[in-house]
Amino acid sequence: MQLESMYQEIILDHYRNPHGRGLREPFDAEVHHVNPTCGDEVTLRVRLDGGSIADVSYEGMGCSISQASVSAMHDLVVGRTVTEALATGEDFMTLMQSKGDPAVADKLEDSLEDAVAFAGVSKYPARVKCALMSWMALKDASARALSAAHPTTPTGGNDS
Amino acid sequence: MTATVSRPEGAQEALPLDVEAIRADFPILSRTVRGGKRLVYLDSGATAQKPRQVLDAERAFYEQHNAAVHRGAHQLAEEATDRYEEARRTVARFLGTDDEREVVFTRSTTEGINLVAYALSNAGTAKEAAFRRYAVGQGDEIVVTEMEHHANLVPWQQLCERTGATLRWLGLTDDGRLDLSDLGTVVNERTRLVAVTQQSNLLGTINPMGPIVARAREVGALVLVDGAQSVPHQRADVAAMGADFLVFSGHKMLGPSGIGVLWGRYEVLDALPPFLTGGSMIEVVRMEGSTFAAPPQRFEAGVPMAAQAVGLAAAVDYLERLGMREVEAHEKALTAYALERLSAVPGVAVIGPPDTVARGGAVSFTVEGIHPHDVGQVLDDLGIAVRVGHHCAWPVVRRYGVPATTRATFYVHNGYDDVDALVEGVRHAQKFFGVG
Repeated sequence: MQLESMYQEIILDHYRNPHGRGLREPFDAEVHHVNPTCGDEVTLRVRLDGGSIADVSYEGMGCSISQASVSAMHDLVVGRTVTEALATGEDFMTLMQSKGDPAVADKLEDSLEDAVAFAGVSKYPARVKCALMSWMALKDASARALSAAHPTTPTGGNDS
Repeated sequence: MTATVSRPEGAQEALPLDVEAIRADFPILSRTVRGGKRLVYLDSGATAQKPRQVLDAERAFYEQHNAAVHRGAHQLAEEATDRYEEARRTVARFLGTDDEREVVFTRSTTEGINLVAYALSNAGTAKEAAFRRYAVGQGDEIVVTEMEHHANLVPWQQLCERTGATLRWLGLTDDGRLDLSDLGTVVNERTRLVAVTQQSNLLGTINPMGPIVARAREVGALVLVDGAQSVPHQRADVAAMGADFLVFSGHKMLGPSGIGVLWGRYEVLDALPPFLTGGSMIEVVRMEGSTFAAPPQRFEAGVPMAAQAVGLAAAVDYLERLGMREVEAHEKALTAYALERLSAVPGVAVIGPPDTVARGGAVSFTVEGIHPHDVGQVLDDLGIAVRVGHHCAWPVVRRYGVPATTRATFYVHNGYDDVDALVEGVRHAQKFFGVG
């Protein structure tokens, strides 16, 4: 009964027909992130064009939530500036911490578009990490790409 | 109702244990989950639920006898010490030994393995000559298997990094067994210790200890057996096993969390330096240095987990009352039924031995087209608790070319109805995701 609240049709669509999947050249940074509790993995590349994200390409394996999340993220961030993309990532984080509160989802609907469908996931603490993995990878990759472009800028990216 | 629990149509045999009566002993099994559904608990391999008898024993200890064990001059301290040491005797008896000095209480299987691994590296730098007998160093080898839980792998990797020793391992066959074809070369004159699980937490495989122990004896290596998944489910007999160490946890055998056991052959324990140091484990302490107590106290630094030890003893009593042979037979019947029913579902593949020969009740499987996380989520929605992921045995799932599995594990309160619920749940997941 509660299952449908997590597995929204839109999530299953992204899972079955992922957008932007595959690793592409050229790229400015590549990261590999894993979820050590379950073994989900994503390899993600970022291509910048000035301060904007020209492409996000990825390969990964994992559950429907982690795979759908990276697909929905691809749609949201390509063509945006890094600053905008990371702000959207913050909104997604807020959604994941909402424990299913519909008011939070309503407020974030414009910012998150398809990704607001992940609101149901926030009720299941064990699955929140699945949804967040690709966003963590994006944050890491864009920090590295920016730091490669401007070597003096401290980034705080990690080495996972 | 009873017929479904104990013997549905098609099941090979009636279950040896009275499931309905046992379920009544487990308070948690009377709660419901996910909107009023009966809890079908198939995750005892991760942690077992606790019968009232264990909970009562712990509560009675705290209400009547609580004090710091091996300290204090008062009546409660005496009573607490008596009960703690009585728990040690109970565990020793359960393991088939008269010598309770061979039973060291730890916090967990993980701590027991680390205790041995650190004792072996500490032996290399011990100032006491008597503690250097089992020192591990450059040129020495430690042998594990590809089947190990991370708890019986990472501590040995770390021991090798600390000492310069080399880690070697026995591989696996395609049908989920240890590949012993190169036992004679992998375990050789340089081997100092062989660490092997008695029962795989992921595959369910029960390993043959005989040839491994025999080969280790030939070359003078120690043998440590990880009993976390075997001691709760089959009769333990340390004398017959012939190993030097057997480690296991209380919480997987109906006991409390925070208590585990390291059984060690006394002469080996007596030659090992301590791991954790501090109170309780000393003989004489001076500012210039200290000497240490004899085993088991040498390995029990700090105020012991007395209530947990008492709870573990109550769990042992509970299991012995059921009879370990009956427990084993019960799980074997459930496993046979689960293997038969699961393998009849199109798209389901069991990872591990396909029958119950030398096999315990951990049943791992994949469902084509559905990630284990998603299988687990659908089962959870139906009130069925399983484990999903790599089960802290990442090399094993990698060996069999899958990212993760869904795992069901059985214990004394499980009936055929739980297996039926699992199989129907898997079919429901296939329907939900439109596969199969």
